[in-house]
Amino acid sequence: MKCSGAEIVIKLLERQGIEIIAGIPGGANLPLYDALGQSEKIRHVLTRHEQGAGFIAQGMARVSGKPAVFFATSGPGATNTLTAIADAKLDSIPIICITGQVPLSMIGTDAFQEVDTYGLTVPITKHNFLVRSVEELFEVIPKAFRIASSGRPGPVVIDVPKDIQMANVEFDDWPDPGLRESGPEIIMGEIERAAKMINKASKPVLYLGGGVIQSDSAAYALAFAEKASIPSAMTLMGLGVVPSDHPLCIGMLGMHAARYTNMALEECDLLVAIGVRFDDRATGKVQEFCPKAKIVHIDIDPSELDKIKTAHASVTGDVSDTLEALLPLIEKKGRKDWLGEIVELKENNPMIVSDGDDPTSPYGVILKAAEFAGEKAIICTDVGQHQMRTAQVYPFKYPRQWLTSGGLGTMGFGMPAAIGAALAEPDRIVLCFTGDGSIMMNIQDLATAMEHDVNIKIILINNNALGLVRQQQDLFYGKRYYESEYAKRVNFVKIADGFGIKTYDLGLSDDPARTLSEAIAKPGPSLIHVPISPDASVYPMVPPGAANIEMIGGRKNV
Amino acid sequence: MSKQTVIELTVNNHPGVMSQICNLFSRRAYNVEGIACMPVNGGKTSKIWLLVNADEVLDQMVKQVDKLEDVIEVDRHDHGHDVFVKMSEFVE
Repeated sequence: MKCSGAEIVIKLLERQGIEIIAGIPGGANLPLYDALGQSEKIRHVLTRHEQGAGFIAQGMARVSGKPAVFFATSGPGATNTLTAIADAKLDSIPIICITGQVPLSMIGTDAFQEVDTYGLTVPITKHNFLVRSVEELFEVIPKAFRIASSGRPGPVVIDVPKDIQMANVEFDDWPDPGLRESGPEIIMGEIERAAKMINKASKPVLYLGGGVIQSDSAAYALAFAEKASIPSAMTLMGLGVVPSDHPLCIGMLGMHAARYTNMALEECDLLVAIGVRFDDRATGKVQEFCPKAKIVHIDIDPSELDKIKTAHASVTGDVSDTLEALLPLIEKKGRKDWLGEIVELKENNPMIVSDGDDPTSPYGVILKAAEFAGEKAIICTDVGQHQMRTAQVYPFKYPRQWLTSGGLGTMGFGMPAAIGAALAEPDRIVLCFTGDGSIMMNIQDLATAMEHDVNIKIILINNNALGLVRQQQDLFYGKRYYESEYAKRVNFVKIADGFGIKTYDLGLSDDPARTLSEAIAKPGPSLIHVPISPDASVYPMVPPGAANIEMIGGRKNV
Repeated sequence: MSKQTVIELTVNNHPGVMSQICNLFSRRAYNVEGIACMPVNGGKTSKIWLLVNADEVLDQMVKQVDKLEDVIEVDRHDHGHDVFVKMSEFVE
């Protein structure tokens, strides 16, 4: 066979099972686009900004668990992808970014649209490649898929100079697709030690994170919790592992946790941390996190063990393999006293949800949307108050239902990620909760949503402010609201209308519940505008740097 | 002066490798006191020696280096290494 580098890339992506690629063409990746145009298996989604393409890929990857691909050209195309790649790194999402680069002979000459994509992406990728010969593509493309999906997943960048895309090469066979490798060998001694500690504990708590979802082992985690009757807290990334209505679910821990959740962690004598990295937003002041507890830490990434907190028992391995091995060693327990204590904590310090029945209130719109969208819906958010409220109260049922930018906290994540989720799961409703600050950071891709007629419902909760910033100024900066409120208002309904998206305004509706229900039921993209007051804060809140037990607000009967 | 140790890395030999290693240390705010690099038999791998402080974060750094795709092997020489003994003659 004889093929060009560009044809080889596209064929190898087809062989990996890739069906959708988001991206934008430009000078340095035109050969790739020319080859992509000939593909019958891959559909291209043309975005309006490369960051949007990156988050579309993330949306697909987060929902499916499989690596997703996006394209950008050299120079500004590549720099525009960086935020989406860094976001994927911090949340361990398998995406593969393929960028065009100036021809090899021109690298280092400050050529037009030349930027050091390799150098720029070293600190924000799991691994990256600058391809230096057309033959290397046969190795690099499958390897990128293997690296992105194996172990702790993460983003991979492949920078392909234009002359390599155009070079022809003779070859006999296609390489095998790159697949996820199985995790490291389990060390039974580690498992037994952890099991012993769990069986001996009288007040254990599970601390479950995104790693449980990445390893598709939510069912094991739930079985473990049920067998040993262990209350289970989840990180922002772990929401959905244990259904929120399950009796052992104690919700999200950390900065915006319900009071009883952080109080339960304060009381526990054993913390079983699974697929988590002791992020500061989850732990608060780390020296005072779970002060009475010993720690069992299970993770596939050895560098996470003992990084923030030294564990009393650490287990290295794929969460799914370790839980499978651990489960038979765990004694069945009822734990009446401890569960009773949790119930009491919860009764006295519940999550306070104000105006939950009012679809025009900050919490009410989330709960009503959940009711109308049903259990099959995918929930996506941007970053800010709306995100924390959704994390606090949305009735999550299963893993991969919840897509949010956790580690990097990227405003602008929500809408394009929702498009990606809808492209991957066209039969499901995708709710995208966003704010007026966040949506502006990638609003251009409303055009992409319109063109592809994706089934996303953008619920724009508008306080005409950077709400969480304003809330910090309110609490910690003497109410000096400097540059956190917008001076004038933007008409988002007109903007969305201009993009050809259906619009609804709960602020102007006589029957907001009915309007919301109709908006969600109607197929295709829509924007639902929900004006709220900038004074509505998210409580409880742990001040940054404080211990989790020092919560502000969210008290019962106050 | 705090106690020092030498980390010896066997890595894939390509132009981006030094950038991967140096970037990892700098972005995790871990100082490298000395560095030496030579290709092995002019071939597919190189050896990199890093002179670093033996503090409490070192274990974490070794784990992070070990995670890099281009790093094939990591060895520690807590009693120092001849590479730096000889190199130090150039700065005396």
